[in-house]
Amino acid sequence: MIPRILTLSLAVAGGLSAQVTWDRLLHPEREPQNWLTYSGSTFSQRYSLLDQITRDNAKNLELQWVYQARSLEKFESTPLVVDGIMYVTDPPNNVVALDAKTGAVFWTYDYHPSADARVCCGAVNRGLAILGDTLFMGTIDAHLVAIDARAGHPIWNIQIGDPKLGYSITHAPLVVKDKVIVGVAGAEYGIRGFIGAYDAATGKEVWRFNTIPGPGEPGHETWAGDSSQHGGGSAWITGSYDPTLNLVYWGVGNPGADWNADNRQGDNLYSDCAIALDADTGKLKWYFQFTPHDEFDYDAVQVPVLVDGNWKGSPRKMMMWANRNGFFYVLDRTNGKFLYGAPFTKQTWAVGLDESGRPIRAPGSSPTPEGTLIYPGVQGGTNWYSPSYSPRTGLLYIPSWQDYYMNLAKMPAEFAAGQRYTGGAPRSPTPTLQRGLINTWTAENGSGAIIAMDPNTGQQKWQFKMTDVTSSGILTTASDVIFTGGREGFFYALDGRNGTMLWKAALGGQVAMGPVTYRIDGRQYVAVAAGHALFTFALRP
Amino acid sequence: MGKRGSTDVKLFGALILLALGIPLVAQQRYLPSDVENGSRLYRNNCFACHGPEGNSIPGVDFRRGQFKRASTDDDLLRVIASGVPGTAMPPAAINDSARLALVAYLRSMHEAATGPGDAAKGRTLFEAKGGCLACHRVNGKGSRLGPDLSEEGTIRTAEYLKRKILAPAESIMPEHRFVRVLTREGKVVTGLRLNEDTHTVQLIDQDERLRSFSKSDLREFTLLTTTTMPAYGDKLSPAELADLVSYLLTLKGLDSQ
Repeated sequence: MIPRILTLSLAVAGGLSAQVTWDRLLHPEREPQNWLTYSGSTFSQRYSLLDQITRDNAKNLELQWVYQARSLEKFESTPLVVDGIMYVTDPPNNVVALDAKTGAVFWTYDYHPSADARVCCGAVNRGLAILGDTLFMGTIDAHLVAIDARAGHPIWNIQIGDPKLGYSITHAPLVVKDKVIVGVAGAEYGIRGFIGAYDAATGKEVWRFNTIPGPGEPGHETWAGDSSQHGGGSAWITGSYDPTLNLVYWGVGNPGADWNADNRQGDNLYSDCAIALDADTGKLKWYFQFTPHDEFDYDAVQVPVLVDGNWKGSPRKMMMWANRNGFFYVLDRTNGKFLYGAPFTKQTWAVGLDESGRPIRAPGSSPTPEGTLIYPGVQGGTNWYSPSYSPRTGLLYIPSWQDYYMNLAKMPAEFAAGQRYTGGAPRSPTPTLQRGLINTWTAENGSGAIIAMDPNTGQQKWQFKMTDVTSSGILTTASDVIFTGGREGFFYALDGRNGTMLWKAALGGQVAMGPVTYRIDGRQYVAVAAGHALFTFALRP
Repeated sequence: MGKRGSTDVKLFGALILLALGIPLVAQQRYLPSDVENGSRLYRNNCFACHGPEGNSIPGVDFRRGQFKRASTDDDLLRVIASGVPGTAMPPAAINDSARLALVAYLRSMHEAATGPGDAAKGRTLFEAKGGCLACHRVNGKGSRLGPDLSEEGTIRTAEYLKRKILAPAESIMPEHRFVRVLTREGKVVTGLRLNEDTHTVQLIDQDERLRSFSKSDLREFTLLTTTTMPAYGDKLSPAELADLVSYLLTLKGLDSQ
């Protein structure tokens, strides 16, 4: 018989049952065997210190196991890996706990969203957050649910928006200290967006920041008449956090109506902004608007990548942002000051940026009833797909759409509760997300490319080109290997230094999530979802 | 292994031992045969208007014990015999014993939904004297090793719960079985089996850790077919049993918190 106290000490030594404390979430560099947050760290670099898979041996990667989703929805979830257990969502809102070594299932939690849920762009979910022994998930019917990570049972469940009005949650929450921070989607239904912080123990709301300011709030004057009431401003991708500044950073989505701005003259704050909020109070510290008075649906819904490094020779706390509007930006994240910006893909809606970073609109670029040709197209130069920053190469890796356009026709926009409120039709070559057996994409429609960007110069060090576009996130590792995929169904290992393809696997379905890496019993694994399944690779022992 | 087995009893069972010696005397207000007959009579005579749940007539809900013109059994017998003039409810052309059977069934519908006892007392019993949280979990409190009972009131009947408390060994559902493994290194791990296939087994162990084993790494692998839950027939008074069942029936998941 093993005395109980000894059993416990063995467990701690093995790291098997330790709770995921806030301190652990703050220091992922101490435990690179895990993947504890959506973006790998609060700085959202999606950079792993693991280095067993190298530029030399990546060609030997082999499939270890596959998890087949029960859903035929798009698989956009980034898994979490905690001490050998993988937690991943099966779209839209079922949760699965797996043995990350074998793929065997420990438990499943089935969540049945309300039939009232309405989502513009797929009944999807992008992942979970964890704190202590509790997982947190936002649902497509705008609930935030806390789930026991050991048993898969719900602990609390709160509704934070009315699904009948189009409120939903599709992204992974962000845990900061003892709070769970999450925003709402639904701008295509004329919601008024917000980001909220909820007590991790109870679900009680601690603070709320309205992404579209109401009467009396600063920024309300940037909306003509009462247009702010249905001003959109979704927050549908996970933010970042800087513990030194105690600031939470989040990207805000498009204003409503998307493509008809007649009724909302003004800059329409804080749509299409990067915002910095005090983590304890939710008070706005600064904002930077990428696309004032947006008429193109250019959500600033990208993951803010935080980098401490040299900017033009001086140490600086930076934020790097490849935006849906086709421009790449570097901001000072202490105050939101614009440091650099330039297009990373073909764009025709602006002639450039002024010295404050504000775009100078191109004449004749507004949507018209007859249609206006605009680059980039409605899905943008990039979108919500996670970029990655490697402190080793000093490069930001961006999933991009190149030479991609839309013919944007403006239409009347009338608000009706719970109905689509977009005011236009972007006729675009964008394919349906479910591929057929034959890929009929042509280069005239645009193409996908992984860009390796030197943020100090704006120079693109290299591009890895794909015939079709990509919705895949990117992972970089300490061995300068980067992992990514695309809509063609390939999963790639690339040389982070020069973009050379080291290895590929044809997975037969599009990659539309961010790959992750972890280690168990001395072996490094890489997990990626493609189509409706999750695949895990490793080197042969 | 015998020694290990006694440890298991300590770990899983010691905390839930109850004071012994309380005789169980089944208290039946209605005979099961009456309830059974009443159920048949209900289907043939009442079902069309009152519905399967007994709640199709506004203001009447048999599962909630809600009647418009009756509260006592005598009231019910009278209404069944006379019908309700001016409504679609006719007099029932059935004999006295059939009417009694119908009343027994109507009362059993109510008891099946709410239980026959005091739910507040049942909760105290569950959490204190009963020590049920040592193995079970309710709304985030208690052990993860036994079945989570947070939604028991939505998925079980009073009769089922009573049977499980009195005779838990009668049937053990596959998801509630324990396994004991002996690893190649000589470690014994016992826990609730969560999943199993030809080559691997997943469980939650005594320290509530999720564990996964490759069967080829195990020297022994045993599926335990007995339950660690004692039969409570000689540990609870009839009133306590009723209270406990009533409490369990109040558990409706997160909505009941």
